[in-house]
Amino acid sequence: MVTHAHSKDDIFRMLSVIPDPEIPVVNIFEMGMLRDVLLDDSGYEVILTPTYTGCPAMGMIEADILATLAHNGVKGARVKMVMDPAWTTDWMSGVAKDKLRAYGIAPPLHSSCNHDVFGHNIIKCPRCQSDDTVMLSRFGATACKALYQCNDCKEPFEYFKCH
Amino acid sequence: MNQQEVMFKYCLRLGDNALIRSYRLSEWCSNAPILEEDLALTNFALDMIGRAQALLGYAGQIEGKGRTDDDLAYRRGERSFYNVLLTELPNQDFAYTMARELYMSAFEYFYYSGLVASKDATLAAIAAKTLKEIKYHLSHATDWVLRLGDGTAESHAKMQAAVDDLWPYASELFESDTTDAAMISAISAPDPAALKDSWVKHVSAILKEATLDVPTTMYTHTGGRNGIHSENLGHILAEMQFLPHAYPDAKW
Repeated sequence: MVTHAHSKDDIFRMLSVIPDPEIPVVNIFEMGMLRDVLLDDSGYEVILTPTYTGCPAMGMIEADILATLAHNGVKGARVKMVMDPAWTTDWMSGVAKDKLRAYGIAPPLHSSCNHDVFGHNIIKCPRCQSDDTVMLSRFGATACKALYQCNDCKEPFEYFKCH
Repeated sequence: MNQQEVMFKYCLRLGDNALIRSYRLSEWCSNAPILEEDLALTNFALDMIGRAQALLGYAGQIEGKGRTDDDLAYRRGERSFYNVLLTELPNQDFAYTMARELYMSAFEYFYYSGLVASKDATLAAIAAKTLKEIKYHLSHATDWVLRLGDGTAESHAKMQAAVDDLWPYASELFESDTTDAAMISAISAPDPAALKDSWVKHVSAILKEATLDVPTTMYTHTGGRNGIHSENLGHILAEMQFLPHAYPDAKW
């Protein structure tokens, strides 16, 4: 029987300070990428899920997790990447969505908006809350965002796509 | 082939379609007609790389000889690649690329919708993940085919030439052979042949809305799914695999 020096909650607390490398105002727990921590005979297994299959930030997040745990004196930590269940923006907490909005990124609508392939949705401007916005580009600075512009305040902004 | 070898080949077919298409998409990097399109096509390429990593990684596990996703991408010969010919054809112009993306994404939309229900938990998980991305690819390609087909006389002519030229390559997507049959019975994989009607109906409706003629040719280019490729794949691999060939033990 292995005794663990840290509880599951301890590990979650340590890891919840790690920011998303692309959107540093939210952390990996709020983003819904940090799924679980398993305590087993060889130590701690951190269960992580990618936002997009090709998300280039995953390698960095994995390295951040191992470095953070090592810094906190946690021994025997491993990271396991899982795809099931598939990540959805519905896992993003309300707090995270508020932080995104304050940062100037329109947060994702509910994922049901994604079910209709050709549907068009109203995306509110995160600066002036106007409904009168237009998509400029299906992609912004990262795969998970699209580029929009507000027709009222004229400001361009990014929209975190529902997924 | 025993069951393990069949499953290995099956995963390579899915993974190679993503890998080779990713290569062609990334050739648009800095060459797309507008900046937004440059971002879109390279992001699609990234989606495909992620999918290829997952599928080739799983193929390596099934094979059980310790080969990683990188080994399978970089240290495999042309005849052992099983992507469909449509993915390896040169990009030509933007209309060709959009026709290919429409044909491939529409097929994958139907195929991966079925694969989600596979009895193989890993493939079902990859399918569920990837299906979300496929919907986006399909909607993007659809928008462009509509815009170019129902655009100027020149964009219409180019879009029509592209859908006509690539149509005979689309048929390969719906071939169903012994590998498919084995996977249909073993893991409840979708039957590609059963998807053809839905695909033709879906794509034809888009082409008609784009004021384009739906091609009627019955001719089929085939071979890629069994390792018999056009002259294009060798050139892709020569470039893609150059570094591991020149420096076999190179590390990042």
